[in-house]
Amino acid sequence: MEEPLTETTPPILQDDEKKRKKYDRQLRLWAASGQQALEEAHVLLINSGPGVVGVETLKNLVLPGIGQFTILDSAEVTEADLGVNFFLEPDDVGKFRAERTCALLEELNPDVQGHYNTEPVEYFLTQSSDTHSLRPFTHILVTAPIVPELLADILTHCRATSKPLFYIHCVGFYSVFSVQLPSAFPIVDTHPDPTATTDLRLLTPWPALSALVEEKTRDLDSMNAHEHGHVPYVLIILHFLEVWKQTHDGQVPSNYREKSDFKELVRKGMRINNPEGGEENFEEAIAAVLKSLNPSTPSSAVKEVFDAEECKNLTHDSPHFWVIAHAVSDFYKAHNALPLPGSIPDMKAQSADYIQLQNVYKTKAREDVAEVTLTVRELAKQHGHLAQVDEKEIEAFCKNAAHIKLVRGRPINPAFPGQKLKWGQRAKAAVSALTNPDSLILIHIAFLAFDEFCASHDADALASAPRAPGSQDSEVEFDAEKMTGIANTIIDNLINEAGTRIEEPDYSDIGARVANYVQDIVRAGGGELHNIAALTGGMVAQEVIKVVTKQYVPVDNTCVFDGVGSRTEVLRLGADVSV
Amino acid sequence: MDMDGASVNGSPAGMDRKRWTYLDRILNRPGPFTDEEWVPGEPNIESLERMKILGAGGLGCEILKNLALSGFKDIHVIDMDTIDVSNLNRQFLFRQADVGRPKAEVAAQFVEKRVRGVKITPFCGKIQDKDEDYYMQFGMVICGLDSIEARRWINATLVGMVDNDDADTLKPLIDGGTEGFKGQARVILPTMTSCIECQLDMHAPRAAVPLCTLATIPRQPQHCIEWAHIIAWEEERKGNDTLDTDDPEHITWLYQKALARANEFNIPGVTYSMTQGVVKNIIPAIASTNAIVAAACCNEAFKIVTSTNPPLGFPGTNNYMMYTGDDSVYTYTFEHSKKDDCPVCGNLAKNLEVDPNTTLEDFIASLAEKPEAQLKKPTLRTEEKSLYYQSPPSLEEQTRPNLKKKLSELVSDGEQIAVSDPAFQITFKFKLVFKK
Repeated sequence: MEEPLTETTPPILQDDEKKRKKYDRQLRLWAASGQQALEEAHVLLINSGPGVVGVETLKNLVLPGIGQFTILDSAEVTEADLGVNFFLEPDDVGKFRAERTCALLEELNPDVQGHYNTEPVEYFLTQSSDTHSLRPFTHILVTAPIVPELLADILTHCRATSKPLFYIHCVGFYSVFSVQLPSAFPIVDTHPDPTATTDLRLLTPWPALSALVEEKTRDLDSMNAHEHGHVPYVLIILHFLEVWKQTHDGQVPSNYREKSDFKELVRKGMRINNPEGGEENFEEAIAAVLKSLNPSTPSSAVKEVFDAEECKNLTHDSPHFWVIAHAVSDFYKAHNALPLPGSIPDMKAQSADYIQLQNVYKTKAREDVAEVTLTVRELAKQHGHLAQVDEKEIEAFCKNAAHIKLVRGRPINPAFPGQKLKWGQRAKAAVSALTNPDSLILIHIAFLAFDEFCASHDADALASAPRAPGSQDSEVEFDAEKMTGIANTIIDNLINEAGTRIEEPDYSDIGARVANYVQDIVRAGGGELHNIAALTGGMVAQEVIKVVTKQYVPVDNTCVFDGVGSRTEVLRLGADVSV
Repeated sequence: MDMDGASVNGSPAGMDRKRWTYLDRILNRPGPFTDEEWVPGEPNIESLERMKILGAGGLGCEILKNLALSGFKDIHVIDMDTIDVSNLNRQFLFRQADVGRPKAEVAAQFVEKRVRGVKITPFCGKIQDKDEDYYMQFGMVICGLDSIEARRWINATLVGMVDNDDADTLKPLIDGGTEGFKGQARVILPTMTSCIECQLDMHAPRAAVPLCTLATIPRQPQHCIEWAHIIAWEEERKGNDTLDTDDPEHITWLYQKALARANEFNIPGVTYSMTQGVVKNIIPAIASTNAIVAAACCNEAFKIVTSTNPPLGFPGTNNYMMYTGDDSVYTYTFEHSKKDDCPVCGNLAKNLEVDPNTTLEDFIASLAEKPEAQLKKPTLRTEEKSLYYQSPPSLEEQTRPNLKKKLSELVSDGEQIAVSDPAFQITFKFKLVFKK
């Protein structure tokens, strides 16, 4: 009736054992499956500017054991790099930065393979007719500034190949990064807060559970003190629900008032003529009433998955996620409930009773998985789906069905000088952020202006590299004025696109605030502060890990960091998807 | 050596600062948020080079790198640990070959070699090994300690050092901590703003499983592991061996004991890794979160020293940043208020609601778990009498009979008690309010 409980430790290879020890602290977060995904990834960093934030990001990926990384950077190491980049040595001045940072990063972890390429981005990308020089890589990091046409090429390739891309700005005390995810990026293993995941189905007990309630609470009144004090609270609630239903036309308590009355009913069942003046299991039952007597309706995130075109219209090559989602959606339609997760919280109980109760839940969960599996197999046959969906995958989906999440990746819009940026469906939300004094959207807009500025100013007559605003002491004020102008145009275009107006004094206030951010960014002259680069490199690395492992929930899709107020904000921006 | 200030500023100001091109733009140019009276340039470089700053704890690698590349020149580091293989996934100054060596020394050598001109002085030991004279030499302390006890100790020490007539005795304390994808960074100006003790309830300890559950009615794999850890080891091996949670033989023994017990009760799920996690109280830790939190701390240190932008931590402004990265990115940056009844920086006794029928023994046990107390070996007394002394043995014996008495027999409603604990150098004041 149940799986054997003895667990034998399989003979572990020496190598695995070493890895398990080295990565112990992270395996507790993303398990062996996440680690394997990391080890299969090959991240490309297209580096530019002072280039610290990208290298710091890689550091945080090399340490946990990303499979491979490649640095594309044609810059030579300058004296100025040594003051801000930790992965360079004093003697490296004049050498290729890609080569040196690659070597010093590789030292961090012998499990990781590092590569570098010192070609300029434009040569690297145009080696062949299409952009297939990006093909070997699974995830792409691009740091600003970069020529917008090149960025557009890279973005298009990533979009077409469903390759996640991270576009990162880091200047002075500020940073922004945007994540371009595939148009459908589903996550099963979202790691929800364990206290939020309990699903006990107390309002809809199935026969095996009802039978257990009957068996274990039949003699409630005649039980001795020890037995009475150890009836698991789940069974206590279910028992008293039956009592309640007898006097309430078979209905369960449905509103706050009824639930309060129900709590009283349970409380009356508690024995208080003991030294403690009460019973812990009954207290647990009373405390659980409000939160566990709710019908389990799927969250909007789950409904979004069920309603997705990819879920409704399966094809022969639908990803496994959608086939299972379709089957679970069928299950939901048939039972008006998601598959049971099958876990129960710890509660005051005798060992054997608890295990028995746990097994009732586990058995039901297994039955639900079996039903979904059957549907998956039928669907596969029906649609000529070739790949065999693994039972483990179905089980994981069912267990976390209430917490699955679909991120709809939106394309990043590069800022071309003199062209209107398209905000699309996000224009209205962006405008309302403009007038919110707590929002950091103006930092994002300042960085869009930064991109336009760089794209229209060359560092030298060769037009080989963009010039960042504020890189010359004598130009600081002039550059700030110019960049503020660009930022204001972006704001005006945004307000126009949203088809709205912002009245005074709000409008002037926005102008003043964005001018401050612009000024503070120009002050840095395109330079990075090590702390901000390290912090941003930490944030981007977290995001890369979440996207690579398909665990936890990534940023959707733009994250702003303000190193003055030490705050972040996540904005949902990006272009509309043209179908 | 510590006092040899001259050698620290090996490069006279104004010398070739090409290396600091990017940093100098921030130090030399005013910004929209810098104070009107802020003087750009030289004074900021001097402040950075003069500042003697102390870093400590598990975030040490990140902190040293960040401070060295922020222009600090005189950095000290304290760490009692030696390098373990499980540190290598995040503490990036250490290599496989360094396993077993003292962290402070290896880290200091590495950063000194990598960043020319910085002086890093390591101390391999506990922060508690050092006294006020030692801490007095620093201008600022940055901690990434992994235990709440060590945090409370350094906090109480720095608060205790403040002399209101001497501004140099006030040492800003910047504290960072991480767990998985989450972390926090906070700035404390001892006696002026909310201190770590004021914020103690933000770090509630995990509730302990009652002993009777472990002994008679285990339900979870963790219960079986705790049983092996607390009960089986005491009974079967204590006489010969002291439990060493770093000894694989010891962990294997506990694992097998726990597994056998779990099988006896049909409890699934005991693994070696879980055994290790429970017994060593392992907190998941990754490089990226450490990077975020350590950099947030060092960014505040940099702003405080250079005034290049407003830092966190001044009275009336935000002093605490909470970072959560497991579900998108979310930060909450706020002002944690100073508490008048803080046992360290306040002067009022803290109210503690108690059941008058509780025995002193149970009350003492509850002090370990109460989020606002977290005292494991408390000695208690009222104004007039001793309630319970942990030591010396003679006093312990004398006060032991009180353990079985009810609180109502020992104190009156609203009476103030003083609690001391060997882990802390201060006395905690609580006012016991009887539950109605």
